[in-house]
Amino acid sequence: MGSQQVRIKISNGLIIDPANNIESKHDIYISEGRIAAIGKQPDGFTVDETIDASNCHVIPGIVDLRARLREPGLENKGTIASETRAAAASGITTLCIPPDTTPVIDTTSVVELIHQRASEAGYANVVTLGALTAGLKGEQLSEMALLKKFGNCVGVSNALSPITNSLIMRRAMEYAASCGLTIFLHAEDEGLAGNGCAHEGAISIRLGLPGIPETAETNAVSRDLLLIEQTGVRAHFCHVSSANAVQMIARAQYDGLPVTADVSAHHLHLTEMDIGYFDSNCHVRPPLRTQRDREALIDALATGNLNAICSDHEPHDADAKLAPFSETEPGISALETLLPLALRLTDDLSLSDVINRLTAQPAKILGIDAGTLSVGEKADICIYNPETNWILKTEDMLSAGRNTPFAGWEFKGKVMHTLLNGKVVYTNK
Amino acid sequence: MKQHDIQLDKDGMLRHFLTIEGLKKQMLVDILDHAENFSSVSLRQAKKVPLLRGKTIANLFFEASTRTRTTFELAAKRLSADVLNININTSATSKGESLLDMLHNLEAMQVDMFVVRHHSSGAAHFIAQHVAPHVSVINAGDGRHAHPTQAMLDMFTIRRHKQDFTKLTVAIVGDIMHSRVARSQIHALNILGVPEIRVIGPQTIIPKEAAHLGVHVYHDMQQGLQNADVVIMLRLQRERMEGALLPSEHEYFHMFGLTEEKLKHAKPDAIVMHPGPINRGVEIESSVADGPQSVILEQVTHGISIRMAVMSMALGRSSLADGGQN
Amino acid sequence: MTERQQNKDLDTPALLDTLSSELRNLLKSRNIDKPVMIGIHTGGVWVAKELHKKLNIEQPLGTLNITFYRDDFTRIGMHPQVQPSNLPFNIDDQHIILVDDVLHTGRTIRAALNEIFDFGRPASVILAVLVERGCRELPVSADVAATQITLNKNQHIKLSCDEDNNSALKLSIEEAK
Repeated sequence: MGSQQVRIKISNGLIIDPANNIESKHDIYISEGRIAAIGKQPDGFTVDETIDASNCHVIPGIVDLRARLREPGLENKGTIASETRAAAASGITTLCIPPDTTPVIDTTSVVELIHQRASEAGYANVVTLGALTAGLKGEQLSEMALLKKFGNCVGVSNALSPITNSLIMRRAMEYAASCGLTIFLHAEDEGLAGNGCAHEGAISIRLGLPGIPETAETNAVSRDLLLIEQTGVRAHFCHVSSANAVQMIARAQYDGLPVTADVSAHHLHLTEMDIGYFDSNCHVRPPLRTQRDREALIDALATGNLNAICSDHEPHDADAKLAPFSETEPGISALETLLPLALRLTDDLSLSDVINRLTAQPAKILGIDAGTLSVGEKADICIYNPETNWILKTEDMLSAGRNTPFAGWEFKGKVMHTLLNGKVVYTNK
Repeated sequence: MKQHDIQLDKDGMLRHFLTIEGLKKQMLVDILDHAENFSSVSLRQAKKVPLLRGKTIANLFFEASTRTRTTFELAAKRLSADVLNININTSATSKGESLLDMLHNLEAMQVDMFVVRHHSSGAAHFIAQHVAPHVSVINAGDGRHAHPTQAMLDMFTIRRHKQDFTKLTVAIVGDIMHSRVARSQIHALNILGVPEIRVIGPQTIIPKEAAHLGVHVYHDMQQGLQNADVVIMLRLQRERMEGALLPSEHEYFHMFGLTEEKLKHAKPDAIVMHPGPINRGVEIESSVADGPQSVILEQVTHGISIRMAVMSMALGRSSLADGGQN
Repeated sequence: MTERQQNKDLDTPALLDTLSSELRNLLKSRNIDKPVMIGIHTGGVWVAKELHKKLNIEQPLGTLNITFYRDDFTRIGMHPQVQPSNLPFNIDDQHIILVDDVLHTGRTIRAALNEIFDFGRPASVILAVLVERGCRELPVSADVAATQITLNKNQHIKLSCDEDNNSALKLSIEEAK
């Protein structure tokens, strides 16, 4: 608590706070862990510490809609401490964890453990999604109401596990709706996806990789949209990957369904072509699709049909990627590339829109107080220098997972400071 | 682009043989010419030359295949190399970690070449990316991806009978989707300048995207075989009935099995090929498989020459002399 | 190339005559009446074709391509487009005349002998060469040689075959650079 008493002034930074429509140079004053004032120093405010943000952008701390921290259950791939530390260094102050930990987040005790570990580490806020069905098995409803009430779960999800029985999906949606919980959907038709590991198309045919057709996604989106309409549940589609799925979701939004969607940063920058000759770092789920899909995702992000960009962080141990492509585990260690990849989108989106999709929008989807720099809000802040060029080297990564296809990429924009609850949790040296 | 180069050393010589894709025409012609020379060795009384004496070749078979393993073994032995046959129970090495451990163990025993057969596409590339600089990798079939020596022996067989690739119509019949043989054949035929490559079968086993490989897709045998110079039949795996890809062997044979009757649509001097092993009465009728137009047994013979050629090219690179730098 | 080199042509037809008559004498002295002849690719085959005619050998000419037997294979790699070996007769218990154009280090002959023995067990092997030059690296010598030449380091000797002129052979000494 002592450190939160420190009164901080962030001076000379360009504040970009999309929620409040601010994009101009101001000083920010922080006390008691909250934003005390913007612009003018409040009466009686004595500055204990000044952070010089000249030439920097000051944005709300990033809210990452989906990141796996691997704890509990897969601590060989990462821990809450290691991954939240990497998040802090990446300007991310809130992480939302899907329920597919081991054990699954279907009891409040798992949530308690996660919150306890996260607060011990002290690098980032962690919120959790509860399991939609017990054990993610797609058979029985989980104790959603209790998970919300006692576990503070911000939503429910069956993570990557399918719910093949449409009646169970309907019941789960109805129950979640009555609990006032948003349901987070991974749209994938289990049968059509089969044992696929790459987008079904020119590349999968050429490399002889089992394919996941676009219809694996669109068929699931289609069913889920019909059930959302029927049940009235508030729903969020995770990591949409295809142009057609985006179009279906956009149509549903136009029709007034309570539907939001996100896209992972890598789907905005990579396509099936990047698999090259079996680069297992490009093995992700849903698979990287075509250039046409990638362009449609960027367009939808610009129009707002895709509401948020997330990391979809999945750190792995080295062995998980050391095998023939289809035998490797899918996923990218993505916390440290989330902001720099998003900043590359400014040809298609305004900077303010990009920041909005990393901060205020995901906070809104989660229904949490975060993602803005409003006076009185918790001072979760990311300060980055937009002109710093750097090259991603896996040996420099803070995440326990070094599985990234972006190694060697040159990025512009580097996080200089991250503040969590008014406390500096990261400073770039 | 740099990923293409993994097969070639700094002098552009063949270091690994993983896929036909991306190789230059001259490289394929060299392989065929070398194989032509080696084919005389198999006709000698002492069917052996000392070319690779002192070299050790490990046959790493993660998938059972008596025929392919035997021809690689014979080829290596006819080149006087020492051969190590390692059949790996796939369930025991489901993790990449132990696969690499095994590779490095074999490398520590001074193995010079791995011949790899694996059930996953990309396995040969994966292994090639992780071997020591002096070690070569030959792909003996990886998942659905590639089987380049099989494709080259097929090209060898075609050249023996048809000379000029640039005037041919080649029809490949059967399960293109799951066939590493077909993929490699299609690449080789395209590189060697075959103007008309057709694939024939129902859409369940010839997906629409197959056209990306540079072929014309036919769903009807009569049309597809019209005026073909070469007819390549693919083996139909019995598992294909299970995934709702095909209704029955009986219907498949009726629609796509090669019979004397259907073969009449091809040119009178068309040759009939099959990578083996044959399912008689499923994809081909016995009277065709054993008939005058069949060159199926020749293919087996040529398999040895092709493998001798590829092995000696990969292990006879000049760059190996300067410390195997690559 | 040719302008800057001081090429010296040797009287090749005369050398071939010398070689065939010496060979005839040797065969006679050893009581060999039905030898078989094997030329080593490429120059040796050219020479052997001439000798084969001059000596009226019954059996067709055999040819050897020693690529597969070279001791420097891993240094120089594979060379495409060389004719494979062709021995159109059984060599067991035969008297063989092995023909090459130039005997230099002896390594080619070592390889050729190894290859011959992979085809069978001959009764004897006679080595006939057009030119014997120095710098032997193995204990090999010719039974018959039309001439001996000592060359300095930057000289080499080359046999060429003029396809347009009735396959006439021409042996010349070339200065390198």
